[in-house]
Amino acid sequence: MTVAAAATGSPVDGLLATASIVLSLLIAVWSLVSAARNRPPDRWQLIGLGMLELALLGLAVLALVAVGGGDQPGEPGAFFGYLVTLVCLPPLAAVLARMEPTRWGSAIVGAVCLVTPVVVVRLQQTWEVLGG
Amino acid sequence: MVETATPRRSTNRGPGRLLIAVYILFAIAATSRALLQIVTKFGEAPVAYALSAVAALIYIVAAIGLARAGHAGRRLALICCSVELVGVVVVGILSLADKALFPDETVWSQFGSGYGYIPLLLPLLGLFWLWRTRATPR
Repeated sequence: MTVAAAATGSPVDGLLATASIVLSLLIAVWSLVSAARNRPPDRWQLIGLGMLELALLGLAVLALVAVGGGDQPGEPGAFFGYLVTLVCLPPLAAVLARMEPTRWGSAIVGAVCLVTPVVVVRLQQTWEVLGG
Repeated sequence: MVETATPRRSTNRGPGRLLIAVYILFAIAATSRALLQIVTKFGEAPVAYALSAVAALIYIVAAIGLARAGHAGRRLALICCSVELVGVVVVGILSLADKALFPDETVWSQFGSGYGYIPLLLPLLGLFWLWRTRATPR
C-alpha cells in the first residue's frame, strides 16, 4: 500500500514543497533578525512573502491537478482545510505587517513563516495517510 | 516608529499586534479542526470535539477583544484569556488523568503539547499584555 502510494507520488511532496519550506524558514530567520534589530518589515520580507505565496499556489495547483486526475488524499477534509489555510498565511502576514510598521511587524512575519512549514508538513501527512 | 505618549496603551499596537496574529492563527487552526471533527466523526468523542469548538470560539473572541482594544474589548479579552488559561490547565490535567474522557486530541490536550505548548503560553501572554497596557493612574 505504502509502496503503491509512493509510486503514484504525492503531488505535495516534491521540489516545490521543499522549496516552500526552505523559503519560509529563510524569511522567518530574516524577519526575526530584523525584529531583534528593531527594524520594521522591509521590502525583502514582502518580496519573500510574495515568492512564498507563488510557491504555495503552485503547490495547490499541483494538488488540484492530481485530484482532478483521479488521485485522492488520505484525509480529504483535513487536506483541503490545510491547503486553504496554507495559501492564506502569506497574505495574512503581509497585511498584518503593513498595519504594524515597527519591529513587531517583522516579528509577525517571522511567526507566520515559522507556522507555514508546519502546515506544509501536515498537508503532506494528510495526503499520505491511506487507511485500508 | 514614533512613540506617542497616550494615557492608556492600546492593546492592538506593537507587541499586541503580534499577539493578535498568533490568536488569529490559533483561531483558524482550532476552528478548522473542530469543524472537521464535528462534521465527520462527532459520535466518536463528543466531549473532545465540543471542547475543540469552545476553544475555537474563545480564540476568535479573544482576537476580536484584543483588536477592538476599547474598554469592552479589554473586558472581552480578559474573560477569554482567563477562561482559556483555566481551560488549558483543567483539560491538560484531565487528559493526563483520564484518557477515556478525551479519546481524540484537542487543542488543549496535554497542555497543548501538540501545538508546542503555545496554547498554555498564549493566555499567560494575553493576561500579561492586558496588565501591561492597563490604565496607569497619574
